[in-house]
Order: sequence, then C-alpha cells, then structure tokens
Amino acid sequence: MADKINERQVNSIDNGRAELEDRRQIEQNNREQAMLIFEMSRDGRRAYSLPACDVPVKEGLIPDAFARRRDADLPQVSEVDVARHYTRLAGRNHGVDSSFYPLGSCTMKYNPKINEEIASLDGFTGVHPYQNEESAQGSLQVLYEMDRMLSEITGMKRVTLQPAAGAHGELTGLMIIGAYHRSRGDAARTKIVVPDSAHGTNPASAAFAGFEVVEVKSNPSGGVDIEDLKLAVGQDTAGLMLTNPNTLGLFDENIEEIARIVHDAGGLLYYDGANANAIMGICRPGDMGFDVVHLNLHKTFSTPHGGGGPGSGPVGVKEELVPFLPVPVVECENDRYWLDYDRPQTIGRVRSFYGNFGVVLKAYAYIRTMGPDGLKNVSELAVLNANYMMKRLEDSFDIPYKRICMHEFILSNKKQEHNGVRTLDIAKRLLDFGYHPPTVYFPLIVHEAMMIEPTETESKETLDSFVDALISIAREAENEPDRVRKAPYTTVVSRLDEVKAARNPVLKWGD
Amino acid sequence: MKTYQGIKYTREHEWARVEDGLVYVGISDFAQNALGDIVFVELPNPGKSLKAGEQASVVESVKAASDIYSPVSGTIVKVNEALEDTPELLNAEPYENWIVALEPENLSEMDALMDEQQYGDFCAKEA
Repeated sequence: MADKINERQVNSIDNGRAELEDRRQIEQNNREQAMLIFEMSRDGRRAYSLPACDVPVKEGLIPDAFARRRDADLPQVSEVDVARHYTRLAGRNHGVDSSFYPLGSCTMKYNPKINEEIASLDGFTGVHPYQNEESAQGSLQVLYEMDRMLSEITGMKRVTLQPAAGAHGELTGLMIIGAYHRSRGDAARTKIVVPDSAHGTNPASAAFAGFEVVEVKSNPSGGVDIEDLKLAVGQDTAGLMLTNPNTLGLFDENIEEIARIVHDAGGLLYYDGANANAIMGICRPGDMGFDVVHLNLHKTFSTPHGGGGPGSGPVGVKEELVPFLPVPVVECENDRYWLDYDRPQTIGRVRSFYGNFGVVLKAYAYIRTMGPDGLKNVSELAVLNANYMMKRLEDSFDIPYKRICMHEFILSNKKQEHNGVRTLDIAKRLLDFGYHPPTVYFPLIVHEAMMIEPTETESKETLDSFVDALISIAREAENEPDRVRKAPYTTVVSRLDEVKAARNPVLKWGD
Repeated sequence: MKTYQGIKYTREHEWARVEDGLVYVGISDFAQNALGDIVFVELPNPGKSLKAGEQASVVESVKAASDIYSPVSGTIVKVNEALEDTPELLNAEPYENWIVALEPENLSEMDALMDEQQYGDFCAKEA
C-alpha cells in the first residue's frame, strides 16, 4: 500500500503543471513532518501546571559551582504537541514490522510475536538476578537447554550465553583462544589471521584482545586464497577468524583444507556466525573444523535487531576449550540446575549476571517453536529466496560473483556506471518505493557493492515487487539517469549532504 | 589519474617522497578518488617508531575508514596538523599534502617501491 502511494506521489511530481498543487502539498507536509520540537516552542506554553510549593524552600542544596546560572533552553510546548511530535517521529521508523528490510550481512529477519509472549510470562519478568538458585530453577533450565541446543546446532561442546552482542562474542572467543595457548606454554602465538572480506569487527576484536592482525586475500571466486593463507600462518599464529558463508554470500568450499592448514600450524579456527542463517540444520561449524563459534541471537534466532539492541552473542567451544569459558557456567545434575563458578582456568566474567537473559529467552522460544526441521527449512528458504532474486536481477545488474549464492548476494553498479549512476543513487531511489535499501559499499573488496539479504519469511510477492522496483530503477538509470541521481523525492528530507554532516556536524539546537 | 615523477608508490596506494633526509608520506590521487570525500584523518604521535608496512594513520571517508601504512621503516618526526581541521586537502591536492614525515632507518627501502610508470600500470590493472 505504502509503495503505491509513493509511486503515485513520484508520478504526480513528474507529471508537470497539473499536479503542481499536489507537489506543494507534499512539500508542505514534509516540512511539517521535519519540524523540530524546538521550532514548535512558544513562550509560556507548557504541558503541566503544578500547585505552588507549600513547604519552605531550602537554599544551598546544590553547591554553587554546579548551580545553573540561567534557565535551560528547553522547548515550551503543550502536552498534545509533545504527544503528536513523538508519535509522528515514531511513525517514521522503518522496521521489519513495517516493510521489507533486505540489509545484507545483517539478517534483519522478522521477530515472531510469540517470542515476546513467552518472554513476558510472569515467571520470567519477575525473576531477579540475586535470587538463589533454588528459586530460579526455571530460568536456569532455559539457560542450560539453550546451551545444549546451540551446541547441537553448531557442533560445539558447550556454549556460554553471556556475551551481550556479536562483537562481544568475538572478544570472548578470542580471549578463550589466547588463554588456551598460554595454558600450553605457547605464549608466542600473537597473531590472528583475517581474510580481506571479513566484517570490520573481526580485526577490531582481535586487536582489542591484544593480538596482531594478519590479512589474507580472497581468490577470484571469493574464497580464502589458499596460497596466501599458507604464507600467513606459522608458529606465531593464534588462530584464523572466518565467516562461512563469507561476506560475499558464498560458501568457502575449501573450508576443510583451510582448517587443516591452520591446525597444522598450531592455530585455532574461529567461526563468525554472522551468516549462520544460511546453514542451520544443513552443516555445522564444528564439523567444518572450527574450534570456537559465536552466533548472533538478534540475527539468526529472530530477536529484535537494530536500534542499539539489546543483542546476544553466545560463544560455543570444542571440548578442549571448555575449561576457559567465562563463569558462571550453568550445570545440571539430577534435574537440579546450578551455577558453577569453580573453574580455575576460566577467562573470568565477561558480563554482569547471566548475559541478556530476555534476549536468550526469546531466541529459546524461537528455536523451540521451529524445531530442528523448522530451522533447516528457515535456512533452505533464506537461500532459495536469495537465489531467486539474484536470478531475476542478473539481466539488469552486474553480479560480480556469478555462482549459486547462499542467503545473500552482491550486485554492483557496473551496468549503470557509464551514466554516472552510483550505488548510492540506486539505494536512495529505492526509498521512493518504500523500501529500506540494501547494504551498500560493503564488502569493501567489491567496487560499489550492493548486498541483498531477503531472509526466509518474505513471500514471493514481496520479493517480486522489490525486484521490480530495482529493475525499474535500472531502466531509469539508462533512460533518465538524472532522476536516479537526484532521488529520493518522497521522503521527509531529500538527498542529504553526508560530507558536510561528517565534516561540520551540528549537534545541538541554538547557540 | 595524476602521478608525479620522483615520487614512489606502494601497492596500498600511499606515496613517499624524500626531502632533506626525511620521507614524506601521503595518499595517491587514485586512493583519494577511490575513498571519496575524506572527512577525518587520525594522526599518530610524533616519536612513534614504525616498520615498513605498519599502520601510520587512518583516513576516513564517507564510505570507509582505511589504514595508511608506512612505506619505509623509521620514526615519525612530523605530522601534518592542517589535516585535523581540513581533511579535504587530501582530496584537493593529494600530492601537495603529506600526512606524516619519517626519519627513515634505511633509505634504500625506497628502492623497493614502485616508480611512476610501474604504479600507473598497477592502478590500470586494479581499476
């Protein structure tokens, strides 16, 4: 529906004088939509009326140095102004509940509402982290069973649920790898190997954990360059961080050889689970040779994502790394659950209490709802949807890696470039069709990349209408490139000057 | 694409030029063009010692943040502080605006870098 309105607005904009009034109306609406609450301020207008203070005022409570000299410059508005302003802003959010959100590498999948139902059951919302174990057996059971289920899905021995996000999981996993080497008197292993297609968090986490980062190149088909890897590993290699399928949306078919090369050099393999949505129930990192895995519950396991979280980045490890897991570890004996802190080789705590329990709970609900066959079906559909879209787009757009993709795929602007249409322009034009654009300019190794990840929940109709929008933009880029270059037209603000915003940010209202 | 004689280039698109015994380092025209509008340059502290290939600076554009690697080993003696407020100088005049200047350990390391002709061919293959 929203798409149709936008299309009509675009047409009305372009159809000349007869529609000029419509256009003025749209512009005026947009101006009102974009109004700041400070601009609505009128002297003396207020949202409350308090009775006069009927107790003596005590002076000097605030030390003079900290007392404000003049009134704060706050907007003066009525309650209804505030309510409407923020309701209007909220309405401008884009999320998976409002429309298609094909953000590659991010897995913006739909969050089933049953997850929320389960997480808001009284027994869970009322539980306190300082309760004793006996009175929180149900919550401990969820944590324990989640460990078991994620271990089964990834092919690991145990999983810690403490890390609060993916990058936090990376840091935890790398600390475990470091602790493992040190425990064997192998402290000279100071380097982590990362492919050039990796997520930026991988080298950042490795550096933060105290390792030196060594980059390896990708081969022409998008996988790790085996010869380059052989040169990169040695007695100083602590491990390799790899995303598989990788950030190009391609499964690295040499994974067993890669694992052998790294293990032969004495290093461990770290699996970045960013793309786990492609493999559930089909293959397991543990079977590919990985020793450490992190998952993003806020991607693969359908908990809310974006807007700053909260996320959850559980880390799974093979048997020889279990002693190094963070404390506490939830254990179970004779149907009684308890927290084990007595683990001499642990890397310690990485998070207060037990991780983002509410998020773990929603992901638990998701896994139990789907079951093993359901999860496998999720990955099959995610991969099928991506391949369907890629196939339909292959005549209109350049596809840098032309092979069967996994759950996401990459386009570039090579067919549009000669008309001066950049990937950014195509992304901006998509806004006029009511879609959140795909990931752009990532991965860095593809020039002007667009990365599309549809996820499994989208219907054929949704996939088709998004593809149709892209195809019509490709046609526009050919016939009227200027129209694409100047998009968007129907949004509250048009093309923003990103360079100016980055160089001269204005971060507050007034002086 | 502009290149200059007497300047040497790396495969990571830095340039290096020797003047009064110091090695001045910047980014090439190809690099600034690929990065797009540069919005921030992270400058190191003078006195820092680097090996050839180690990170000397970070250049951030609206598209990406890129590490700048030192073409030679040495100690950083000067940084171009003008870039703190006007990072766009690297877009406007990439060869006039250096990022760091190093006291080189061994000037012969410059011989391993590409000359103008080699670099031109290298970029033609990358593009």
